[in-house]
Amino acid sequence: MNALLLKFRDRKVRDIFWQVLASLALVAVVAFFVKNASDNMVKAGIASGFNFLWRDSGIEVPFNLTGYKPSDTIWALLWTGIVNTILVSVASVFLATVVGFSVGLMRLSHNWLLSTLAAVYIEFVRNIPLLFFVLFWYFGVLAALPTPKESFDFLGIIFLNRRGLSIPTPNDVSGFHLALLAILVLIVAQIALARWARARQARTGQDFPVWAAGFVLCGALPLLALVAAGAATSWDQPILRGFNYRGGFVLVPEFVALFMALSTYTAGFIAEVVRGGIQSVRQGQIDAARALGLTQGRVIRLVVIPQAMPVIIPPITSQYLNLVKNSSFGAAIAYPEIVAVFMGSALVATGQAIEIIAITLGIYLTIGLAVSVFMNWYNARHKLVTR
Amino acid sequence: MKFIALAAAAVFVAGTASAQQLAPSATLDAIKARGHIECGVHLGLPGFSFANDKGEWTGLDVDYCKSLAAAVLGDATKVKFTPTSVQQRWAVLQSSQVDLLSRNTTITFSRNATLGVNFQGINFYEGQTFVVRTKAKVAGVKDLADATICVAAGSTEEKMAADWFRERNLKVTIINFQKNDDAISAYDQGRCDAYTAGVGALAGQRIKFKDPAEHQILTEIISNDPQGPVTRWGDERWQLVVRWVLNAQIAAEALGVTSKNVDEMKAKSTNAEVRRLLGVDGKFGAMMGLSDDWAYNLIKQVGNYGESYERTVGMGSPLKLQRGANALWTKGGLLFTPPFQ
Repeated sequence: MNALLLKFRDRKVRDIFWQVLASLALVAVVAFFVKNASDNMVKAGIASGFNFLWRDSGIEVPFNLTGYKPSDTIWALLWTGIVNTILVSVASVFLATVVGFSVGLMRLSHNWLLSTLAAVYIEFVRNIPLLFFVLFWYFGVLAALPTPKESFDFLGIIFLNRRGLSIPTPNDVSGFHLALLAILVLIVAQIALARWARARQARTGQDFPVWAAGFVLCGALPLLALVAAGAATSWDQPILRGFNYRGGFVLVPEFVALFMALSTYTAGFIAEVVRGGIQSVRQGQIDAARALGLTQGRVIRLVVIPQAMPVIIPPITSQYLNLVKNSSFGAAIAYPEIVAVFMGSALVATGQAIEIIAITLGIYLTIGLAVSVFMNWYNARHKLVTR
Repeated sequence: MKFIALAAAAVFVAGTASAQQLAPSATLDAIKARGHIECGVHLGLPGFSFANDKGEWTGLDVDYCKSLAAAVLGDATKVKFTPTSVQQRWAVLQSSQVDLLSRNTTITFSRNATLGVNFQGINFYEGQTFVVRTKAKVAGVKDLADATICVAAGSTEEKMAADWFRERNLKVTIINFQKNDDAISAYDQGRCDAYTAGVGALAGQRIKFKDPAEHQILTEIISNDPQGPVTRWGDERWQLVVRWVLNAQIAAEALGVTSKNVDEMKAKSTNAEVRRLLGVDGKFGAMMGLSDDWAYNLIKQVGNYGESYERTVGMGSPLKLQRGANALWTKGGLLFTPPFQ
């Protein structure tokens, strides 16, 4: 007994004891709420549990990359929603970053017109609700496009109308697997080339046009490989049948509208983050870089951006997280992401609100944490090494 | 000892023999305490539940809730309407935010079996159909092969349309919107070739199009969607009231009692069923824990089913729907009510 008391005097033991106690209390509280909810649901005659995930869904999803059919289970429907959420998020993060950096740099430009345009864009975007933005893009996109019978037609193989962009798809993809392999090899070659060039520059001081070579290696050659693969197979060509184009792949206007809305909206916030980050770099650094004779582009790329990055990345991470969460606005315009297909259609079809909302919560949390972990890793890698 | 047992037995017998004991009803008690009924209605469906330009709720489903208020509280205006979307309606009912739903909701097996809700009768026989542009030259539903169809997510229409075309091996694209109004405006913008909903709902929603004359509602019906008031499981006496108020609306029409002649009928009618319905004989109201003039109040203040129908969705309304299946069974329709005996 005395020995136990003595152990408790140890600060470390005491800390662990309280932490374990607090965790147990938390688990108990959660367990109580879960038990309480499920008891009450049984009393009210409401079905509970997760068996509904294996029921047939019977819900149509007009845009999916998973090969989902209405005869599949609700679990397959959920997976389709997750894939669609990730797809639109990743695409939008990419465009938002590109546009955001450009606008942020424009905002700092000495050119009056450029910086004013950027300022107007940022203020416009930051002061308008996102839902308005999403609906504006959606109905804007729809109003601008023609009916299927009057489609814009590119070379007679690609068609653009209010029902989306119809693109032919290959019937046999084995050629493309080879092309993909070739592209992977080329990327590895490009990385090796860049390393060699850096080593050579360190040794001899000579510059090597890595980017020009990279353009050939990573741009032109893969294109050739793709063309070769495309020529070798037959294509599922969209044709106008009855009301719509059938066949091929259809990029729906809902995706385009949500993608544009999310990326242009988030770009406004990213631009401000970038501006703040760049302004945090001391003027002396820029003057010194100029004095060394670096061109304006190199001053930004080699001196300003690397020092601004540690300031930029943490707030940009929260912008990315916001973007992922904001993708749920797709539900307003029938883009089939998680909230629309799972918290919308599946919830009403099964009525199991608590389970469905808990699952959706878990999914957003997982995606969000994954983004955070990646960004933290990236930040740690790019931390300034001060000597 | 013997005496005590005897006394207890006597008290028990006296208790059961005296005035009928009513089962407790938490919902009815709550309604009487707060002085109004909480009624869950549609977000806005002309003819069924729609707030007019004065902000007053009108429509067939709204009239039902008013009748309920007249029966329970004696005043048809004592209703608070809560607009609910397709998605929230069940949660709103299950969590007791409303006493009942009267919102164009189709009765289905799985809803009844898994959501903890009961359907208390049918106040509108609906069938699903499609609205298309007149210039698309669509004669029947089959002509919609390869079409894009807008629909409200989670409605019975969403599943029904998907099933109907799949059974016939016809390919269609179905786009699910969160709200009916979003689906309608997307259809109006040309995102879809057709919008699908029930005949009654379409007749009302058609008014919302930019140019209603450019659109046509197909006459072919692909489903059978009976709709009526919905309550939670439990509280049987409240369910009883909800069920028999609807029956009283229909019985009044069948017996020829209207808001205009109800006073005269109450004073003079010799028909035994009319006398029981209007509370002259039988004390039917007391059996449910209501006043005996419960049905008189609802007929006087809101009217019988036929009056309500004509005023909200029938010939006296912009929807101009025929009675069709919603006529009395004696007139070729499907409406009938069990006897007031």
